[in-house]
Amino acid sequence: MANSTETATAPASKGIGAYLGSHLREYGMLLALLLIMIFFQVVTGGTLLKPVNITNLFLQNSYIIIMALGMLLVIVAGHIDLSVGSVAAFVGAVSAVLTLNVGLPVFLVIPICIVVGMAIGAAQGYWIAYWRIPSFIVTLAGMLVFRGLTLWLLGGQNLGPFPKAFQSLSTGFIPDLFGVGKPNVTAIVLVAVAAAAMVWQSLRARRRNAAYGIAQEPGAMYALRNAVVVGALLFVGLQLANFRGLPNVLMVMSVLIVAYAFFTENTVTGRRIYAVGGNLKAARLSGINADRLTFLTFVNMGALAALAGMIVTARLNSATPKAGVGFELDVIAAVFIGGASMSGGVGKIVGVVVGAFIMGVMNNGMSIMGIGIDYQQVIKGLVLLAAVIFDVYNKSKQG
Amino acid sequence: MQPLLEMRAITKTFPGVKALDTVNLTVMPGEIHALVGENGAGKSTLMKVLSGVYPAGSYDGEIHYDGTLAEFRKIADSEAKGIIIIHQELALVPLLSIAENLFLGNERAGRGVIDWHETFAQTEKHLARVGLSEPPSRLVGKIGVGKQQLVEIAKALAKDVRLLILDEPTAALQENDSEKLLDLLLELKSHGVTSIIISHKLNEVRRVADRVTVLRDGTAVATMDARTEEISEERIIRDMVGRDMAHRYPERDRNIGDVLMEVTGWNVWHPEQTERQIISDVGFTVRKGEIVGIAGLMGAGRTELAMSIFGRSYGRNISGTVAMNGTPVDTSDVTRAIAAGIAYVTEDRKELGLILEDPISRNITLANLDGVSAGGVLNKAEEQQVAERYRTAMRIRTPGVHQKVMNLSGGNQQKVVLSKWLFADPQVLILDEPTRGIDVGAKFEIYNIMNELVAQGRGVVMISSEMPELLGMCDRIYVMNEGRIVGELAAKDASQERIMAHILKN
Repeated sequence: MANSTETATAPASKGIGAYLGSHLREYGMLLALLLIMIFFQVVTGGTLLKPVNITNLFLQNSYIIIMALGMLLVIVAGHIDLSVGSVAAFVGAVSAVLTLNVGLPVFLVIPICIVVGMAIGAAQGYWIAYWRIPSFIVTLAGMLVFRGLTLWLLGGQNLGPFPKAFQSLSTGFIPDLFGVGKPNVTAIVLVAVAAAAMVWQSLRARRRNAAYGIAQEPGAMYALRNAVVVGALLFVGLQLANFRGLPNVLMVMSVLIVAYAFFTENTVTGRRIYAVGGNLKAARLSGINADRLTFLTFVNMGALAALAGMIVTARLNSATPKAGVGFELDVIAAVFIGGASMSGGVGKIVGVVVGAFIMGVMNNGMSIMGIGIDYQQVIKGLVLLAAVIFDVYNKSKQG
Repeated sequence: MQPLLEMRAITKTFPGVKALDTVNLTVMPGEIHALVGENGAGKSTLMKVLSGVYPAGSYDGEIHYDGTLAEFRKIADSEAKGIIIIHQELALVPLLSIAENLFLGNERAGRGVIDWHETFAQTEKHLARVGLSEPPSRLVGKIGVGKQQLVEIAKALAKDVRLLILDEPTAALQENDSEKLLDLLLELKSHGVTSIIISHKLNEVRRVADRVTVLRDGTAVATMDARTEEISEERIIRDMVGRDMAHRYPERDRNIGDVLMEVTGWNVWHPEQTERQIISDVGFTVRKGEIVGIAGLMGAGRTELAMSIFGRSYGRNISGTVAMNGTPVDTSDVTRAIAAGIAYVTEDRKELGLILEDPISRNITLANLDGVSAGGVLNKAEEQQVAERYRTAMRIRTPGVHQKVMNLSGGNQQKVVLSKWLFADPQVLILDEPTRGIDVGAKFEIYNIMNELVAQGRGVVMISSEMPELLGMCDRIYVMNEGRIVGELAAKDASQERIMAHILKN
């Protein structure tokens, strides 16, 4: 039944090729990620997709992705945050002091640190939102200030090691509730449930669109996309299950990705942030409190930077003055590779995740190949440039 | 006599559309040639072909200029031949001086070093020709739009213009500045400068044009010669829209009810120059089912009045009361003003009204997202339906509501802005220059929409610089000058002369 209404109302059931052509931007980056993965899988002789390396990929990139979620909102609102690396380092140092010097338990340290991050975000966002001081300048100042405060707090020393409970933030795994251990049955079940939920969700959205008579992607494309996603999920799940199961940090990251994707695409507040970045004056004249939204995007950014800072600290098992140096650049690069616009108003969470993985897989692959850090930087820079050129080219073609 | 310009059988296609279809245009030396047509008729495309924005080879047909076949590959090619376009959006740098702007890209310099003496001397000369008495060192941002327009023309003169093309030169000008500009065109003509003028204002076309070419749907439907035949506005309109328009302002049954909105003792000060009062003790009323006009020259404070009422979006130290249906309401920010039932439809739809990168649907729901959401979560399918409903009701011409508004014509963009505010369901709509820069056919549709609004018992405040439009649409007209209301006229007593008399009396 749903099928008949669909063909009646969908005006353009063009072929997959035509559809892909008109949505090149959305699928282009995903395709690029796929090609990059295949390339490194071949040249590393299959190391890239080994269970242990897939686990590593998630552990290495989780904090970049977590910060990129917040950075997307900041950039969509028409701003930038250069301070996230320093803030992450500072909060990491705070967490070390609280855990090791003060002796607070993990379940208190985590919320306190998140609040510290929010306070930092609020302090910066206040000047940006209410005093209209350019975010580039405020957060450049923040970058210096919090790097300095990190050094001061740690006295230039590393602080560690941490108790097991804190380390598990990054290096912990979800234990197998079914008691099999290898493969980790819990991981398989969770991933299967997630895949089923995704398919169900997209099916529901498609049904609803059909009921309202809204044009959507061709049926074959829809089936293919779902098959690829489910296939990828199950493959990753199986590989992880064959190592140590699902990392805790992967769970945190997944929940955040889903939550932020929902927030940006399906909530009134999310929509308003896009409007503020798209046309600030028009948004104000439409009754949107742009100043408060800008302020809140920075508070949010602070919270995520704090979380990322703790994950990094847990992963290194010590707080160091040099933690998080250059993170802001990786985070911002991921957002722009993911298709966000420098002028604000444009960008998607899915794009950001893909963008972050493109950077992450390249880092990881090149390291396995033993390419020097010098060449790595050059290649990453060129990839960033190429992605943005691709974007601009696509736009000019649409004209 | 040999034509200065002959465009022969120009055809230009974009993917899916034929923007120009075998258009012929002949311009004789020393004439003013008007190019008229609805938005999207192909006027701008034709001028872009002429100036080389669309390079030779990207269109079919031939351009003969000064007797030889011209193949312009970029704008610099056509400028080198003395063909200069002045666009609707002026291409001046506000933070540079008049002299610097005049010779931008054409600097008076020897070996890369600017000769300031020469620059200023030449600037004085060209400014004198266009009748602008401003010091050449003045920053362009500090002079008004009318004078900026003159600077643009002086800039063209500095490049030894032979064919001057003006795209809607008077769209942003007030009456007396427009007059001056048109006089200047006639004066330049007497010195041998040929012009093509693109305009929606038919009275101006009639005043200056020697010949008129009408474009419709990418074809040249008629060329009229003012020297041999009578060109009436009715005839031009008929050719433009392809049908007779019996009335330029649609009829409506007047059914005026109680006072809906009342503003009293409204005072506003300038946002930066704190001692400058912009609005002084203004009061006015709007009744149910009434269209109230606000007439006045540019700078009279009409937009400032409207924006200050709408959530204090302009000015500071605002005092006065706004009452809806007899009870004072809080309009201290835009959200509250909307909640009180007021909507302000801006005069500057691109800057203040629309998110150009966003699709039609997202623009329409922006001021009332609560109307398509529950508990802060959007129902996107419902949003699409709402947008579709307005697309049909307002006759927004577009393949679908997912279309980005930047791809729409001016008239259709205006309908999107109106849709946005209608979806917010206000009692009073303040329409600021609702028909600026849109063509005759779309204007008529906007007027129809306004009539429907008042028929539903809403009130409409219409700010317009086009007096015939105010006289044709309004029930009552307030006249503003220098931040005060200086007169109030019932529609039946009003005339252009009377409105001007009220302004000049003060």
